[in-house]
Amino acid sequence: MSVTAAPAMIDRAGLDALVAALVAQGRTVIGPTVRDGAIVLAELDSAEALPFGWGVELDAGRYRLARRDDGAAFAHSAGPQSWKNFLHPARERLWSAERTPEGDVSFTAAEPAVPSYAFLGVRPCDLRAIAIQDRVLTGGRHTDSGYAGRRERALLIAVECTEPGATCFCVSTGGGPAADPGYDLALTETDGRFLVRVGSDEGAALLDRVPHRDAGPDAEETARDAVDAARERMGRALPPVDLRTLMGASLAAERWDDVAARCLTCGNCTMVCPTCFCTTTEEVTDLTGDHTERWQRWDSCFDLDFSYLHGGPVRSSPYSRYRQWLTHKLGTWHDQFGTSGCVGCGRCIAWCPAGIDITEEVAALDAERTARGTETD
Amino acid sequence: MTPTLAVFKLASCDGCQLTLLDCEDELLALAGEVEISHFLEASSSVTGGPYDLTLVEGSVTTAADAERVRAIRAASRHLVTIGACATAGGIQALRNFADVDAYRRVVYAHPEYIDTLATSTPVSAHVDVDFELRGCPIDKRQLIEVITAFLAGRKPDVPNHSVCFECKRRGTVCVTVAHGTPCLGPVTHAGCGALCPAYQRGCFGCFGPSGSVNLPALIPVLRRDGLDEDAVGRFLHTFNTAAFEEEWAP
Repeated sequence: MSVTAAPAMIDRAGLDALVAALVAQGRTVIGPTVRDGAIVLAELDSAEALPFGWGVELDAGRYRLARRDDGAAFAHSAGPQSWKNFLHPARERLWSAERTPEGDVSFTAAEPAVPSYAFLGVRPCDLRAIAIQDRVLTGGRHTDSGYAGRRERALLIAVECTEPGATCFCVSTGGGPAADPGYDLALTETDGRFLVRVGSDEGAALLDRVPHRDAGPDAEETARDAVDAARERMGRALPPVDLRTLMGASLAAERWDDVAARCLTCGNCTMVCPTCFCTTTEEVTDLTGDHTERWQRWDSCFDLDFSYLHGGPVRSSPYSRYRQWLTHKLGTWHDQFGTSGCVGCGRCIAWCPAGIDITEEVAALDAERTARGTETD
Repeated sequence: MTPTLAVFKLASCDGCQLTLLDCEDELLALAGEVEISHFLEASSSVTGGPYDLTLVEGSVTTAADAERVRAIRAASRHLVTIGACATAGGIQALRNFADVDAYRRVVYAHPEYIDTLATSTPVSAHVDVDFELRGCPIDKRQLIEVITAFLAGRKPDVPNHSVCFECKRRGTVCVTVAHGTPCLGPVTHAGCGALCPAYQRGCFGCFGPSGSVNLPALIPVLRRDGLDEDAVGRFLHTFNTAAFEEEWAP
């Protein structure tokens, strides 16, 4: 690993060359671009498509594009998708089966062409989210082979966060705006230039194909200052308590009634969450019944059918479904996967049509527990 | 024996049964799997029941249709209602909240010719229904899925969740959150593939309430996005007016 290589500096031409090099390698480059009034993740032909000069104004249930004066490419957060849309797609065929006229049935596992993704602009929160999905989908006894194949071949170019949004709270989840290991390259954008740190041999080889110069201590300090400043500008924060304990102590909290009255149970929070991984499977047949396919598709704990067992859904009330989502995300996720399921990206806050704010709900649960503790004292 | 298929129509516009004719790529395969016994929009050749699978479009708005739908049920092994009229009373259920006699006098030169019930009701209010397929009109992929599932003897893969699931799965940017466009997607039954939001328009609820609706929670969102109280009422009182009315307890 060449991770000890000194940080380099590239400019806009270097960024163009970086994307061109990835495209030339035959990679499918995915990165942020402006579409339909948002900064979405989509395939990029060139760096030209990046959202230069666009930022976002965020609030609970509200997302608006906003022009920036500085022409920055990565000064945005909490877009409507995450990298899971590509690594853990909404629909995926698992197998198909054919029945012959004699009645013999044969099964064929789906073997889709695995794209060589290059993800450009992975925020540090999303890098942590990918690490969480790695644990969930490949860390146990049963690996999701589709995910594993795509993940194995994916190249990750992180871009450190210098412009947190009003719905961001990664610092209070134990993260922060600086990129943790796990990237191939990490960029930090300052004044139209990019400090580049190398995280893997593949990243080093890529950097070699792009015009760059040594960054030098001043540029490193400028980048570090920008990231440190971002740490101080988080729009929101979870209360500084042990959330796993709080969730366990809040199963009968009155706050669930309050949030259930506002929750549409529409499932948006789970769909935009970069760590929510739940799927369902459905068999489809054709009219003749001779051809059958099994598809995996995103599901959500907000879907009534998600908890449907013999006789009916186990979690029939909005109360029980919101509670399931939050207590799993912040509480039992630890028991299952050894970490929290929340990286503080703020998507569930911004993309909830009703503007339900996870940080506000957790703060209310904490206040309720504190009040209960006072009563019993 | 090839199963028989029948299509009947009550008070409706014909759009849903037309969806069956719109299944152009699948029609030949379908004709190979079922015998179409009664489908007046496709053929004047009809054979009597009993029918293995009956599709009923339209709502019950007359005493005669109330009687007829009972006869259809009696002649059908499986009865599936298709579309907003048959599953929720349709747009004609606006009469349920109005004075039908007053309408009759205003609209018709000879109101005495009009023999109608005071309400427009779904088929399920009159007879047992085996499955309800939503939409105004229904979605042709879902119709094929329902018929295919019937032929295979399995449950149709017709999810009950909200349109938001479909928007997110296809990568559509939320028109409410990103544009402030009033949208009924969070309370509306999936099935259309989130068509309107894909064209940056709000969902207007033509599939009716989803399996899990918290409509009172959407009212403040619609008001936030610029609809006044009357506009909220109009937004909800369209093709599934009676079904949304049931969910609305302001």
